[in-house]
Amino acid sequence: KPFPVAQYGGRFTVTMLPGDGIGPELMGYVKNIFRYAGVPVDFEEIQIHKESSEEEFRNALICIRRNGVALKGSIESKYGDNTSEISRNAALRVELDLFANVLHCKSYPAVRSRYSDVDIIIVRQNTEGEYSMLEHENVKGVIESLKIITRKESERLARYAFDYAVKYGRTRVTSVHKANIMKLSDGLFLETCRNVSKDYPEIEFNNMIVDNACMQLVAKPQQFDVIVLPNLYGNVVSNIVCGLVGGAGILSGRNYGDHFAVFEPGTRNTGTTMAGRNIANPIAMLNASCDMLEHLNLSYHANLIRDAINKTLNVDMIHTVDLGGQATSLDVIQNIIKIIQANTSSSNW
Amino acid sequence: LSGTRSYSTDVRTVTLIPGDGIGPEISAAVQKIFTAANVPIVWEEVDVTPVKGPDGKFGIPPSAIESVNRNGIGLKGPLMTPVGKGHRSLNLAIRKEFNLYANVRPCRSIEGYETLYNDVDVVTIRENTEGEYSGIEHEIVDGVVQSIKLITEPASRRVAEYAFQYARNNGRSKVTAVHKANIMRMSDGLFLRCCREAAEKNPDIRFEEKYLDTVCLNMVQDPSQYDVLVMPNLYGDILSDLCAGLVGGLGLTPSGNIGEGGAVFESVHGTAPDIAGQDKANPTALLLSAVMMLRFMNLYKHAEIIERACFETIKEGNYRTGDLGGKAKCSEFTNEICSKIDVLQG
Ligand SMILES: Nc1ncnc2c1ncn2[C@@H]1O[C@H](COP(=O)(O)OP(=O)(O)OP(=O)(O)O)[C@@H](O)[C@H]1O
Ligand SMILES: Nc1ncnc2c1ncn2[C@@H]1O[C@H](COP(=O)(O)OP(=O)(O)OP(=O)(O)O)[C@@H](O)[C@H]1O
Ligand SMILES: [Mg+2]
Ligand SMILES: [Mg+2]
Repeated sequence: KPFPVAQYGGRFTVTMLPGDGIGPELMGYVKNIFRYAGVPVDFEEIQIHKESSEEEFRNALICIRRNGVALKGSIESKYGDNTSEISRNAALRVELDLFANVLHCKSYPAVRSRYSDVDIIIVRQNTEGEYSMLEHENVKGVIESLKIITRKESERLARYAFDYAVKYGRTRVTSVHKANIMKLSDGLFLETCRNVSKDYPEIEFNNMIVDNACMQLVAKPQQFDVIVLPNLYGNVVSNIVCGLVGGAGILSGRNYGDHFAVFEPGTRNTGTTMAGRNIANPIAMLNASCDMLEHLNLSYHANLIRDAINKTLNVDMIHTVDLGGQATSLDVIQNIIKIIQANTSSSNW
Repeated sequence: LSGTRSYSTDVRTVTLIPGDGIGPEISAAVQKIFTAANVPIVWEEVDVTPVKGPDGKFGIPPSAIESVNRNGIGLKGPLMTPVGKGHRSLNLAIRKEFNLYANVRPCRSIEGYETLYNDVDVVTIRENTEGEYSGIEHEIVDGVVQSIKLITEPASRRVAEYAFQYARNNGRSKVTAVHKANIMRMSDGLFLRCCREAAEKNPDIRFEEKYLDTVCLNMVQDPSQYDVLVMPNLYGDILSDLCAGLVGGLGLTPSGNIGEGGAVFESVHGTAPDIAGQDKANPTALLLSAVMMLRFMNLYKHAEIIERACFETIKEGNYRTGDLGGKAKCSEFTNEICSKIDVLQG
């Protein structure tokens, strides 16, 4: 599928939405590292916060549509007095039709964790289901919230998951659902996955009820390969799996539609309490930026940064507090830059 | 004297629903242990295999409903729920029928049975009557299905208040409301507001609110930061199983369903058709549920002895069932608990 990308004279333009909390400082690190790595990407930076107007938000969407690609931090969406306003993060995914959220959850050997050898791909429905945000109060004190599941979106997602499995040499796709209770909605999701699976005889297909799946994940995560699931279960499962391999600070997530791609940290936290304290783990956002470079086919630069990240974590063991270490955000960044500088100067020979 | 019921320290009648799959085996184990401990209750065993009602729909037999209504308290083994089609979940029907509004699941690391986590001691309290399990679904047009999540103020308030009451009665210090009000602003927002109100009325118990995803993330990293968690139906379903996973699986976690007119205690796990009828099941979850039931009935002494005998048997490790990595049969594990009870009773 041809993704539109904005490329002028060998340089790419990408939208950057720093968001709230630790987003802005993490974006600062990304820009810094891109400079040292000589990445031919120019960022078009747009500040969208909780308070931003609808017009500013629209402009951000136009910018992403123009560039095709964005790197994003999480926009604060706390529940407050105004219950009518909806989450900007969710709205953005719907507006850009980013139907698939993909997380590759792989253990880093040196990151302290109870689990090793986790290697799970999560393919999550990203635009409908419980996040349809259709709610109403018919009678006072009685709220109805609609979960919408469509065959069209379920099929599109299932195909995405199976195609991904084929492309990356995966062997099994597990559909996670609650079809024993939500017989029509989750039933439709499961049935659609099952039908799609028939077109991929080389990939094993199975299914698991969501509560059992969560229990299995903490008992034996190695049994999972590719997981495909509706929106809310995806939110739950991706946070569990990120927790298993070291927390919110290291893994990245990718949002894809037919036309646009948005890259962000896997668990989509704002990390408000950590902001401005030089303690947030910058790795998740850096991994997101590498995902973005791969998407732009800038694999040389992606590998250059990725290698520096891996060496920093696994060899030099520079770990932030969330990973049980004592390093600051800047310690991690400086080490990565040092490695990049060493590698680029030697390859210049 | 016929027709009068005794509410004193005399023998009380408890409805027993053995259930499907491994249900009958583990129910028999509990009965045997209760006999060994001289628990002053008699069991009234009922069958809840669905029968066709006057409206043509399948449902719980009226005699079973009458039994629970009469006794006000029940112990229930797992019931089968077919995936995808057929009759509605019976588990659900029972909860609805008896208006069991709060599902309480304590998950505690068991000494001597090592898992990846040894510091789990959380209680999930789940709203049990509405939410995502309202059962209202329609196909709007071909290929577009809507499922309605129903959140009401009375149900939310009731479960929120119960959470604080439970925390106080059980010496707990913090209640965490788990929600997704950043997305479901009206429905989860209402639930959250009810929790905040209950928190104001119970200033002796600490209160915090957390997103469902944040709790999932933190729970698998450091479960010790949580104490009592209260949440809508689906989140409770997911988190309670997740927590059970942390302490070694389905065979160990008890569960109680608290209602306005009574309570039903049940094992969290399913019918385990793969091992049914083979004397392999672990009866601990149902037994610990029965122990919760004894405490609910103020039979603290019996609860204490049975719980101790059970934990000691697991800790010693000579009679563990297959799910805990042992080789013992369900009956061998049961017998060991009974002989420990004999010793404890002198
Ligand atoms: N980059 C990061 N480095 C280290 N820890 C992180 C990072 N991002 C998130 N976390 C941790 O993950 C957990 C959840 O993050 P966060 O506090 O942002 O959650 P949240 O529920 O989104 O809350 P809020 O939106 O109010 O900040 C916290 O324990 C936080 O410290
Ligand atoms: N009490 C128990 N003792 C030992 N193993 C158990 C017990 N309960 C469940 N298991 C095991 O846990 C796994 C999941 O079983 P569970 O019965 O919950 O799900 P299930 O097979 O889908 O049944 P159901 O359809 O009734 O939910 C099975 O492998 C089963 O053997
Ligand atoms: Mg968040
Ligand atoms: Mg469950």
